[in-house]
Amino acid sequence: MSTGRKNIIEVRNLNVYYGKFQALSNINLDIQANRITALIGPSGCGKSTFLRALNRMNDLIEGCRTKGEVLFEGRNIFDPETDLLELRRRVGMVFQRPNPFPLSIADNITYGLRVHGRNEPNFLEEKLYQSLQAVNLWEELKDRLHDNALRLTGEQQQRLCIARLLAVEPEVVLMDEPCSALDPVATARIEDLMYELKRDYTIVIVTHNMQQAARVSDYTGYFLLGDLVEFGETNQIFTSPRDKRTEDYITGRFG
Amino acid sequence: MTKLEKNDRLVKLSLLVIALSAISVLAIITVFIFEQGTPIMFRYGLKSFLLGQDWYPSEKSFGLLPMIVGSLMVTLGALLIGVPLGLASAIFLTEFSHRRLTRILKPVIELLAGIPSVVYGFIGLMFLVPFIRNNFGGPGLSVLAASLILGIMILPTVISIAIDSIRAVPDSYREGSIALGATRWQTVRMVVLPAARSGIIAGIILGMGRAIGETMAVIMVAGNAADIPGSILAPVRTLTSNIALEMAYASGEHREALFATGVILFVIIMILNTIANVTSTRQRKK
Repeated sequence: MSTGRKNIIEVRNLNVYYGKFQALSNINLDIQANRITALIGPSGCGKSTFLRALNRMNDLIEGCRTKGEVLFEGRNIFDPETDLLELRRRVGMVFQRPNPFPLSIADNITYGLRVHGRNEPNFLEEKLYQSLQAVNLWEELKDRLHDNALRLTGEQQQRLCIARLLAVEPEVVLMDEPCSALDPVATARIEDLMYELKRDYTIVIVTHNMQQAARVSDYTGYFLLGDLVEFGETNQIFTSPRDKRTEDYITGRFG
Repeated sequence: MTKLEKNDRLVKLSLLVIALSAISVLAIITVFIFEQGTPIMFRYGLKSFLLGQDWYPSEKSFGLLPMIVGSLMVTLGALLIGVPLGLASAIFLTEFSHRRLTRILKPVIELLAGIPSVVYGFIGLMFLVPFIRNNFGGPGLSVLAASLILGIMILPTVISIAIDSIRAVPDSYREGSIALGATRWQTVRMVVLPAARSGIIAGIILGMGRAIGETMAVIMVAGNAADIPGSILAPVRTLTSNIALEMAYASGEHREALFATGVILFVIIMILNTIANVTSTRQRKK
């Protein structure tokens, strides 16, 4: 890629296996800072596996092996010396189903800070305000910060999960189909939020929804059966795909 | 009405009768215990039963306080031993051990529940009691011995219910926590356990019910003196032991007083079960 902008993540010859099954083969991809990169493709194509490789969440899956390199700011995250907890703080993740902890709204937001050893009440309170403000929840929730987070609506929960992440000041936000459990109006509002967040964060989003990828992302990658078929500027991918398979998928002839 | 519908009605009716007969046994037991046990309590006054310290049935002195205290002491002791052990095992087996190890260990723990209580008592009498006598003093037959044996006996209950409630915590909570850079232990302590709390508490209360109701093993290792124990090395008599030890030769008011012991035990266990039910349904609603 010759845009001259900074690549915050560089993926080199990434292969991921679940037992004997190869879920990803030889992926090479650069992710640019302060841009939204969308990953599309049919179910089971490896896009979620790819996303989970970027903060090593695949480590949790028994029998999952990884080969190749993922360079985060130039350093390979699979290096044995990697501080895994710090990596996951800097490369955060938003999940398909909103998964707030069954704790109060305030405790959800400060959770990440507390696990990283920050306990100063003033600092936590300020972060609580900042993070909720950043996802436009502060006004709605400021009077019920001690309510259980499970009582929020689906959209509020997903915003809360994003806020929970922002509180620990990540650099990259990985989103695994963050809107699939939300209605169209809530989806549109989360997309607006992603636009706002792009200023300060790098976003990688996996989505089933091609319109969503076209709407929000700067770059798009199309995965099929564990291969990265095509990667490029979103505009180009959706208007003049170079690969026949990409064209079939985005025009709805396949998938 | 078609023939099929008639058939269904018949099945429904017979099942109803069978179900009711099972429940009626419980009702009969309840009525019988209360019918036999309450008159004497009112004749001598509830206070003299609940707060009286002297149990001399031949002299018409029916103070049950030593046994009430005794039951509560060994039950508390059993919880102090069984809950930390049980909870730690459950956390290990669900969150830290290899899945294959869990598959082997969990049935083994459940097997513990199948060992007859007289065997626990026998082992306690042969090994635990002499050990306490030789190392800590006292007669060995003691609150400590009873608590240890009961603590082990409630482990299967505490562990399997704790495992079930920890497993019921959605993985999405764990993933969310790990993805924020939390360690496994932080995740367990700050998210998983709070989420599983009411189930774990229900398990503890069921274990408590088991401990308070256990008789044979306790009789064998507790010493059974009807006095309020002065230390954990002193002998102790529980409510259940009181009934089991004396029922064989009791008659008249003595016999009634043993039924009164049963009434008190019944009420305590009812209270514990109600608490367990309320806490576990509350968790399901959440």
